[in-house]
Amino acid sequence: MVDAALQIAEIGQPTAGARVRGRVFAHTSLVLGAAILLAICAIAVLAPALAPHDPYAQDLTRRLIPPLWYPKGDWTHPLGTDNLGRDYLSRTLYGARISLLIGLSVMIISGVIGTAMGLVAGYFGGRVDLVITFLITTRLAMPVILFALAVVALLGGSLLVVILTLGLLKWDRFAVVMRSATQQTRSLDYVAAAEAAGASTARIVLREVLPNIAPHLIVVATVEAASAILLEAALSFLGLGVQPPLPSWGLMIAEAKAYMFFSFWLIAIPGTALALLVFAINLAGDGLRDAIAPEGRG
Amino acid sequence: MPAFILKRLGLALLVALAVSVIAFALVRLSGDVATAIAGEGARQEDVEAARRAYGLDRPLVVQYLDWLWRTLRGDFGTSLYFKTDVTGLVVDKLPTTLLLAVLSLAFALLVSIPLGVAAAVYQNSWIDRLALALAVVGQALPNFFFALLLIMLFSIQLRWLPVSGSGSWAHFVMPTIALGYYVAPAFMRLTRAGMVEVLSADYIRTARAKGLRARTVVFKHALRNAIVPVVALAAVQLGFLLGGSVVVETIFALDGLGFLAYESISHKDFPVTQAVVMLLSVFYVLLTLAADVANAWLDPRIRVA
Repeated sequence: MVDAALQIAEIGQPTAGARVRGRVFAHTSLVLGAAILLAICAIAVLAPALAPHDPYAQDLTRRLIPPLWYPKGDWTHPLGTDNLGRDYLSRTLYGARISLLIGLSVMIISGVIGTAMGLVAGYFGGRVDLVITFLITTRLAMPVILFALAVVALLGGSLLVVILTLGLLKWDRFAVVMRSATQQTRSLDYVAAAEAAGASTARIVLREVLPNIAPHLIVVATVEAASAILLEAALSFLGLGVQPPLPSWGLMIAEAKAYMFFSFWLIAIPGTALALLVFAINLAGDGLRDAIAPEGRG
Repeated sequence: MPAFILKRLGLALLVALAVSVIAFALVRLSGDVATAIAGEGARQEDVEAARRAYGLDRPLVVQYLDWLWRTLRGDFGTSLYFKTDVTGLVVDKLPTTLLLAVLSLAFALLVSIPLGVAAAVYQNSWIDRLALALAVVGQALPNFFFALLLIMLFSIQLRWLPVSGSGSWAHFVMPTIALGYYVAPAFMRLTRAGMVEVLSADYIRTARAKGLRARTVVFKHALRNAIVPVVALAAVQLGFLLGGSVVVETIFALDGLGFLAYESISHKDFPVTQAVVMLLSVFYVLLTLAADVANAWLDPRIRVA
């Protein structure tokens, strides 16, 4: 059975139709991912206008009201309320702000550090490369979540501490990818031409090399933003990240854990929001990578 | 080859040393350890007594070297919270975490390699889409949320598995799935990409032209070569799983190193935190060393680097 099927499938040689489908699929995932991401960004920006209630306002007489689709749900709280009677829809909408802020700022901090290290290591090579490779290897040997937990526990949890901790920890992938991309670009003719023309090193690195490896940078950036969002959620879930009463999705799940048996929506809603955001970023990143290198989907 | 191994071994030692400096500094920079030992609201004399008793009044470099020397001999000090020997504590919890890591890795490989192969053989077919969908969902689901979903399904709805604890095999099922699904997408994608590349290679065309059965070509000729990077990744991921066990073990109250690390961090029990960080880092360094050597043995071109 398997053999027959394999033979029909013309191993490793996708038909023209399949290839076109693959290309279209990549395009679709980029558009779909970007669309969801834009929608979430819009929600984050417009949260004050969209939220029906104050996300911090407690009302102990209206605790644990279920969402609309439950028999007891009502329109004043479309997604219900939490254990302190806070409107869950408003909290979920405001939560988008925290996740996006974390993703963006960690991506920028770690991206600047990692890209600078990768560019320098890849361009200069030799001893400089040895030192930076050693730094990367050392950083890789440190378990991120454990270090982040320890640092946040020591400095005290706050949005700023979480952003700085993750930003200073997560530059490794940027450095690894930028280093090898720079090494490849460095040996190309136009870099040699720029050197021959007497351009300064800074100019060559920033104006000749960097723009040409930017596509790789963008792909890594999407991966890292998604991973930073998940890490913040995990830290907050463990109680060592963003502190209450901020509506971080990870923190909302942690607060709802005790009630999840009877009020499942309390963990399902922020969990789904988190998964949707990360899914959208990954989808856009995958589509982007395929658009840049159509041969290498995997 | 011996020169290559020596070089890598030297690098591994240096990395371990660098991590030890960071692990030491992390705790010392955070605040006054003597106050933490003496406890909250302790009198000034008690804090000073603790400072002298633990040798915290000496220069930092001396303290570091002393700590490193004792660590090398397997003495991680005394836990501030559990009031017992840290080495004994860590050795107690290590098997649980190792077991969980190995089980999760096995689970991830068993799911992802067949899926990756099938996805590559039938490119852009429904099974390729399914594999991609599973990978995308696996990468998007926060693993603590996935763990809670598993608890809802298997413990609350079906009542098949215990919610938390580490007494029996049943306690390992959900943590294994939660942690395994977390790393499976990477293996699946790598297997698929490797297979796609290898399947279009000339020697595969030759094998097929010789009239070999498709099964032989896929599994014997192609998979063997496509699997090499997966093996390297597996070694690295095992180290990653040891670190990633913090979240999963904490949710399921599985009594391993990850849970211990979480407890020690929340109780500011720095000797334990240092011990777990050092142990996991050294594990990672050893695993990457092993992967490097294995790769160099499989592929002589790497030895030059």
